[in-house]
Amino acid sequence: MTVSDTRPTAPDPAAPPPAGPGDRRRAWQRWLRSTTTGSRTFSVLVTGVLLVVLFGTGSARYENFGSPQVALNLLVDNAHLVVLAVGMTFVILTGGIDLSSGAVVALSTVIAASLLEAGWPAPVAIAVVLATGALLGWLMGAAVHHLQLQPFIVTLAGMFLARGLCFVISVPSIPIRDPFFQSMAQDVVELPGNTFLTYSVFIALAVLAAAVWVLHRTRFGRTVYAIGGNESSAALMGLAVGRTKVGVYVISGTCSALAGLLFTFYMLSGYSLHAIGMELDAIAAVVIGGTLLTGGAGYVVGSLLGVLVLGTIQALISFDGGLSSWWTRITVGVLLLVFVVVQRLTTRRARPGT
Amino acid sequence: MNRLTRSPLLWPLLALAALLLFNLVVNPGFFAVRIQDGHLFGSLVDVLKNAAPTLLIAIGMTLVIASRGIDLSVGAVVAIAGAIACNSLVSAPDPTSAGAAVVAISTALGVALLLGAWNGLLVSVFGIQPIIATLVLMTAGRGIAMLITDGQIITVDNDTYGWLGGGHLLGIPAQVVVAGLILLTVALLTRRTALGMLLEAVGINPEAARLAGVRSRSIVWTVYVFAALAAAVAGLMISAQVTAADANRAGLFIELDAILAVVIGGTSLAGGRYSLTGTVVGALILQTLTTTVYTVGIPPDMTTLFKALVVIVVFLLQAPRLRAVMARRRRPAPPPLPSGGLPDEAAAVLTGGPALGDDEHTPAHAPAPTASGTTGSGRGALR
Repeated sequence: MTVSDTRPTAPDPAAPPPAGPGDRRRAWQRWLRSTTTGSRTFSVLVTGVLLVVLFGTGSARYENFGSPQVALNLLVDNAHLVVLAVGMTFVILTGGIDLSSGAVVALSTVIAASLLEAGWPAPVAIAVVLATGALLGWLMGAAVHHLQLQPFIVTLAGMFLARGLCFVISVPSIPIRDPFFQSMAQDVVELPGNTFLTYSVFIALAVLAAAVWVLHRTRFGRTVYAIGGNESSAALMGLAVGRTKVGVYVISGTCSALAGLLFTFYMLSGYSLHAIGMELDAIAAVVIGGTLLTGGAGYVVGSLLGVLVLGTIQALISFDGGLSSWWTRITVGVLLLVFVVVQRLTTRRARPGT
Repeated sequence: MNRLTRSPLLWPLLALAALLLFNLVVNPGFFAVRIQDGHLFGSLVDVLKNAAPTLLIAIGMTLVIASRGIDLSVGAVVAIAGAIACNSLVSAPDPTSAGAAVVAISTALGVALLLGAWNGLLVSVFGIQPIIATLVLMTAGRGIAMLITDGQIITVDNDTYGWLGGGHLLGIPAQVVVAGLILLTVALLTRRTALGMLLEAVGINPEAARLAGVRSRSIVWTVYVFAALAAAVAGLMISAQVTAADANRAGLFIELDAILAVVIGGTSLAGGRYSLTGTVVGALILQTLTTTVYTVGIPPDMTTLFKALVVIVVFLLQAPRLRAVMARRRRPAPPPLPSGGLPDEAAAVLTGGPALGDDEHTPAHAPAPTASGTTGSGRGALR
């Protein structure tokens, strides 16, 4: 066996086990390599397993936790976060980040509530909200691409802008009495087994399905992954880097606005202080869902699982009753840490020579 | 003249001057500084005093960003430091004694040291991207602070501790004195020794710096520890000013303000070059803006809108592409560059690539080819 044999560039399960001291460790590393980096969906699988384990723990420890409605409530309570995380996934896949999404959610609730209060019909209000989100996203994307500013800073300015606009429109909270919004908030779809889902959940799942299709079945989606992998390579290959980069911010802005609408259905009010820090929840969900913050690798389905994991932790803590709400943040932080370290260990092994 | 218009500090300084001028027009007494009971009072003193916590954090952030990192956890450290200090004070045998305050402050700083070491460990040893590594503490930190205070707002009554928030030294507010001393120390340490240059070398290319014999790992580790310590001092100031620890709200979004201050000051998020003077100007711009909003009588909630507008204007003026357009009269425009993303290897590869060269017009966030070339801008950082 030569030295190069012990450092294969690609996992090779068929290779004979190396002999000599340390062979057990090498074999273990080889196994790790073939199961982790050999399988592109590994981190999504881990998140899925974690979700099942968390939910199983809850069902074992608390009465009624295992009921189907508790599971469905994870979706009902987090439909807006699913949409937000889907938009965030697009941006993060290109290696960018969108800090403005929480503020855009708040802006959407305020715009929707104030337009409805002024007597505008619901469909027009919804269209205005979505257009505002898309416009803000386009502005940020244009600044990122055409002015070559860092996404972190551009979206930070966007966050301040959106939050500031909320206060310009209305400082106090505006209640919503529009019949359409009321029905979206209260009507449910009955499912067999005495369970239900809200319409928001179906909207969120539709967005998710559309995102999966766009990312994996369209030229735009492949370009998103290519930019995240290596932007200059993508540009040299003649891919539409500029259009795609602006595009992901438009998608994220629109998703944030849509998430804002779903959040409005959920809260039935427009308030400038809604959704503070929600962008961090979305980023955490995306990271826990296995998407690399450096871009180029990850799946939107992982982000859905990430959101559900966050939701399950919250449910666990509220079921326990004895734990204070701040344990949610600590647990999410610890989970983030574990995922980040595991990701780091697996990607380090993936690149020979590092 | 040419040098002046190209200086990265030109637009931030003009923005600050414009803000101050606007204040002078609205409120002719804005520049008045009077002495009352041996203490300095006046709007300008207030601006300096209120800018001190953000400035302190921004100084730490400047060094972290120079090493091609970012520290999102400083806001959480602010909350934790305040919580620990106040918790230590109320549980001391004599909560009003000076000794209790010293113990409280040292405990808070000690914990901050650990938190900074933790961030540094994740970044420099585990090699985790700084933005994610510090996101962990940012997410968990406020929860930890809540845990320490048990979700309550702890109020304290200790004159020595309160001095940090409301005291004076030689008539100057304590915050300004402390922030000024730390700024001076950092400036001397990084600009009068090789430390600053080594830091920039690490920021430009950690691997090359390591091969050249720079202890990248210890340097990176040190800047995260320093950033956490600076954040803790700021946290103590904030908590001392209200003589209470509010784990929920103390230092909320202060990390974003600090990053903004650093970037407005012309420090590139891609690492490798930094300007402490710029950071001071940036922090002053943000605070003057907040003060202006208050004096003009606009609801304080709207501060974020004005912050966004000023930031957008400053960034547009600093944007590499716009500067290139302005410089086009003299030379043909550079080829379009793909923009830089998060400070990672990809951005460095993109912007530092020789094929895209044209030294005059490389974007401000492109790492300069050599370390010696970048120190010029910062050499006179603190005159």
